[in-house]
Amino acid sequence: MHFDEIVARLRERFGDLVGEADEPDPARPSLLPGVFVRADSVTDVCRFLHDEPAMAFEHLSCITGTDFKDSIHLAYVMTSYVHRQVIALKVKLDRDDPSIRTVEEIWATANWNEREIYDLLGVYFEGHSDLRRLLMPDDWVGHPLRKDYQEQPDYHEIPTTRENPLGKY
Amino acid sequence: MVEEMNSPRVIEAGLEGGPGQGAVLWGKASYLLNLSRKHSLWYLLFATACCGIEMMQTGGPRTDLDRFGMVFRASPRQSDLMLVAGTITYKMADRVKLLYDQMAEPKYVIAMGSCASCGGLFQKSYSVLKGVDLIVPVDLYLPGCPPRPEALNDAMMKMQDIILSEDWRRKMTEKTEPRPQMGRGGILKRA
Repeated sequence: MHFDEIVARLRERFGDLVGEADEPDPARPSLLPGVFVRADSVTDVCRFLHDEPAMAFEHLSCITGTDFKDSIHLAYVMTSYVHRQVIALKVKLDRDDPSIRTVEEIWATANWNEREIYDLLGVYFEGHSDLRRLLMPDDWVGHPLRKDYQEQPDYHEIPTTRENPLGKY
Repeated sequence: MVEEMNSPRVIEAGLEGGPGQGAVLWGKASYLLNLSRKHSLWYLLFATACCGIEMMQTGGPRTDLDRFGMVFRASPRQSDLMLVAGTITYKMADRVKLLYDQMAEPKYVIAMGSCASCGGLFQKSYSVLKGVDLIVPVDLYLPGCPPRPEALNDAMMKMQDIILSEDWRRKMTEKTEPRPQMGRGGILKRA
């Protein structure tokens, strides 16, 4: 099934919940083909994409997140081995209070992906079974991949910077 | 051992007696103890990144650390030397300190590679400890990214020289200088 057909099926099924689509573009190979959906509908759309035999996106490859200063974007990259198709669902979140429903019930692998997003970007996943930091220590302050992140001068009294010895000369 | 004593560096020990007479080994207790210590340096396997691959290679047949009496141990309680081979994150830093504290004196630390020495490639990273000397005292820094097995082999021989040249009693009795207390939910606080 071609990308356009998938988007058309989604529009037919979910109507206004589906927003603009980033079409596959040979001129921009780094652009992830995907479609924006409303944040509150992400579990429904994911459930549809996972269960519908014509889609059968049975594998969640990754969830990525980006801080665009005015909003936080998440991209759920999913793969269908049956139809040899990759698509990304994109979601815009409010930067001040980013919160979204977990997709852990659909793909169990989302557990760690969402923990990573929570750790590095501070997005809260409602209904997540074990929402702890993944990469940073539990008592770390701040979310490092936020654009306005300020690193603390020390952690457990260990300085987080080191003087450059070449700076003296 | 005889070769050690004949080397110009060593003047405080010797071997007396001839064939069929038995032999007397004389020398400073410090020297003789250090000599045995230097030839039985058991190191803790602590590989967290690509330096670990080079460390394994150094233990392998080509450079063969076994010939110095160096054997790897999987437990800090049986180790004399901690080879920090790789990048240490802040999450790992608590564990490094815990492992170091479990080792019995006298204990030594080699910071292997750029990451363990100063953070290396991850100097500007938010999650990487900028040098393992911020949490444990380091005896020897080994540059390289990662250092070749020959370099680690050389560092081990330098470590042996350090051991031979020190006063064993000082090393036994000296208190490790106070290090930052791991607090606020750190693993040591809970223990």
